[in-house]
Amino acid sequence: MLSIDQLTKTYTAGDTALREVTFRVPQGQVVGLIGPSGAGKSTLIRCINRLVEPSSGAIRLGETDLVSLGSRELRQARRRIGMIFQEYALVERLTVMENVLSGRLGYVPFWRSFTRRFPGRDIENAYRLLDRVGLLEHADKRADALSGGQRQRVGIARALAQEPELLLVDEPTASLDPKTSRQIMRLITEICAERQLPAIVNIHDVPLAQQFVDRLIGLRAGRMVVDDAPERLDEAMLTEIYGAEDWTTTDQDDDDPDPDGEAQGTLRLVGTAT
Amino acid sequence: MSALDTRPGEPTHYSQVWTFRTPRARLALWAGWLALVALFVWCWQVMNANTLWIFVTDAPDQAVDIGSRMFPPELAYLPELLMPLWDTLNIATLGTLGGVILAVPVAFLAARNTTPSALLVRPVALFVIVTSRSINSLIWALLLVAIIGPGLLAGIVAIALRSIGFVGKLLYEAIEESEAGQIEAVTATGAGRAQVIHYGIVPQVLPAFWGISMFRWDINIRESTILGLVGAGGIGMKLQSSIDTLAWSQVATILILILATVVVSEALSARVRRALI
Amino acid sequence: MTPNVSYPRRWKRPPQLVTTRRWRLALPLLILAYLILAVGSLEIDVGRVIEGLERGARFVQGFLQPDFVSRWGDIRQGLIESLTMTLTATVVGVLVSVPIGIGAARNLSPRPVYLVCRSIVAVSRSLQEIIIAIFLVAMFGFGPFAGFLTLAFASIGFVAKLLADDIEEASASQLEAIRATGASGWQLIHYAVQPQVMPRLIGLSLYRLDINFRESSVIGIVGAGGIGATLNTAIDRYEYDSAGAILLIVIAIVMLTEYGSSYLRKFLQ
Repeated sequence: MLSIDQLTKTYTAGDTALREVTFRVPQGQVVGLIGPSGAGKSTLIRCINRLVEPSSGAIRLGETDLVSLGSRELRQARRRIGMIFQEYALVERLTVMENVLSGRLGYVPFWRSFTRRFPGRDIENAYRLLDRVGLLEHADKRADALSGGQRQRVGIARALAQEPELLLVDEPTASLDPKTSRQIMRLITEICAERQLPAIVNIHDVPLAQQFVDRLIGLRAGRMVVDDAPERLDEAMLTEIYGAEDWTTTDQDDDDPDPDGEAQGTLRLVGTAT
Repeated sequence: MSALDTRPGEPTHYSQVWTFRTPRARLALWAGWLALVALFVWCWQVMNANTLWIFVTDAPDQAVDIGSRMFPPELAYLPELLMPLWDTLNIATLGTLGGVILAVPVAFLAARNTTPSALLVRPVALFVIVTSRSINSLIWALLLVAIIGPGLLAGIVAIALRSIGFVGKLLYEAIEESEAGQIEAVTATGAGRAQVIHYGIVPQVLPAFWGISMFRWDINIRESTILGLVGAGGIGMKLQSSIDTLAWSQVATILILILATVVVSEALSARVRRALI
Repeated sequence: MTPNVSYPRRWKRPPQLVTTRRWRLALPLLILAYLILAVGSLEIDVGRVIEGLERGARFVQGFLQPDFVSRWGDIRQGLIESLTMTLTATVVGVLVSVPIGIGAARNLSPRPVYLVCRSIVAVSRSLQEIIIAIFLVAMFGFGPFAGFLTLAFASIGFVAKLLADDIEEASASQLEAIRATGASGWQLIHYAVQPQVMPRLIGLSLYRLDINFRESSVIGIVGAGGIGATLNTAIDRYEYDSAGAILLIVIAIVMLTEYGSSYLRKFLQ
């Protein structure tokens, strides 16, 4: 279980990215984090594994207070937190297998990772994960030889190789087509259900989020403005998060960068009658 | 002109004068060029204060004279050059090897995203790079011949010292340009510092590393051909002795050999680089 | 996913660079053999090297406690020669490079002109500055004039080559657009090529200025004037503190020109 208390982040330039964010994520719950660009979604996720240092507040994973850890303990805490990235962030010139095994880096000593002699159990597990995400036969390909959807699957396998207690997912579908986006979201939610993993999914595409997550948190200018079940999201809440807009039309004249009509076609908000 | 006739509703008169820049910017530009010309003239005069123009006007005759002595090149001299050529190749190769080995840690200490301390270590690493780059390998050789005596070793060390700056600079720039996302992802797995460098950065800069090293090797072949002029071994020593004895036909042979070596090494380096990247 | 299958517990990284097995075995052996041969032919005089270490320490000391004063007259003269030589050579070199660079651009010049210009570039690039300097000193006598000619000649190869490559890369569609207006050849160069290439040319000139200064500290060794001659003398006389001073000045000026040129380039763009 993850609990966040009064989390605030102010960048050195003086911009406040997060203001007193407080919420809890129980076992197995997939939380969708929505909000306009610059609302602090990415900062929030990165504060949890401290890729970004929080300014104040507390973050607890189980019994560990993540904010106060020294660098050695932080590394040990980070391996308990799997992260999936927007542009996959695979090490492009390494093989798929090496990318998955890199999820074990926090567990093995340097000489093992340097000589690529990972323990047999880790290798077995990596193969199992690659099979789970459907990429078993691609294990020895180089990561940059894969398609976008396949790369994101490798990213998922890498995060799972850590045997995490929490998944942080940063815009997993931002560079994928609508069909692959849905497959990836389904895979993530299925895996979270299988392993009773809590997850925070930072996501742009509201309808896609509504379809797959258990709970939606809306951020606006660093503040939590919505925290509700996805099916209860309505126009008022959307306006609260994104500002005034006619939410009932599905025309593509808004500034949503998604170029695919299919995603727009699915924009039928559960809370609003269309 | 009918297409340019004014239509109703449009202003009847547009400015007929159009200038590329504002008057002030133009003035500054002209002043800049004028200053450059003045500086050039002044430098020219200072530089040539002691020039003996008799020698300069005599130069064409000298050129014809030297040219006629160089031709035909003395090809019988070639076998004698093979051993010095082998030495030259060794100076370049071993020097590059040593330079690259020394440059790698310097580059990691100099790159903003890998340096242990941006305040203390980075300036030192950058100074090492600048020093090595500012001093030509021939000057390094000059120094080293004075310090450790004439011979191949001085040449190798000179090439190595000069290569540190070149390889170090290009490599640290490559490290700084490596994609932050991949590094972040490896960091997020809980990897240690060395592991982050080995998994997140090394694969990204490896092609650049091979490219830079091969490129430097190619340059070093060129440079090592002349190190012998100051006593640091290789084919340059033959060149020096031929010049000293005014044996211009031997000089011509040596130059042809140097040229051929340079062309071959350039082609080889380009091929290897293409294969690696 | 099939349940209850067992997965391999061993994994070996597939070879990335050398994929044929025979080469993977042979390559390290070849490299090792070369290294043994190369190191074997070195003939290092250990006694001389050890003796040299003490001298090396003296040089480092001289570098740390440089003596600017006792040879200041020579240093000053050398510096003036180097700097004036650098500037004049760069200016003349760039001025000559422009027509040659245009001539060596395939998309602008007729074939014979292209070939002639490209061969000038090739000759200038493949000869070391120091070798050119030897010849020019033999022809024009000792002193900075030979150095000036050397640097100018070397600049031509460098600037003209990069300029020609730049012009060839200059966007063909812009060339076409200007051609379509019925512009003459010179107008074409002025309107379509110059605006695209000018910032690069200025950048190249500044970069070459930097290189020329560095080279000017070398060609003095063969008698072409400049700070190199002073340095050579200082090292010959084992005056490491003066040599250290000269090297520090060279480094400082190189750093200055580097910073200055990057600043100027930003300013001009």
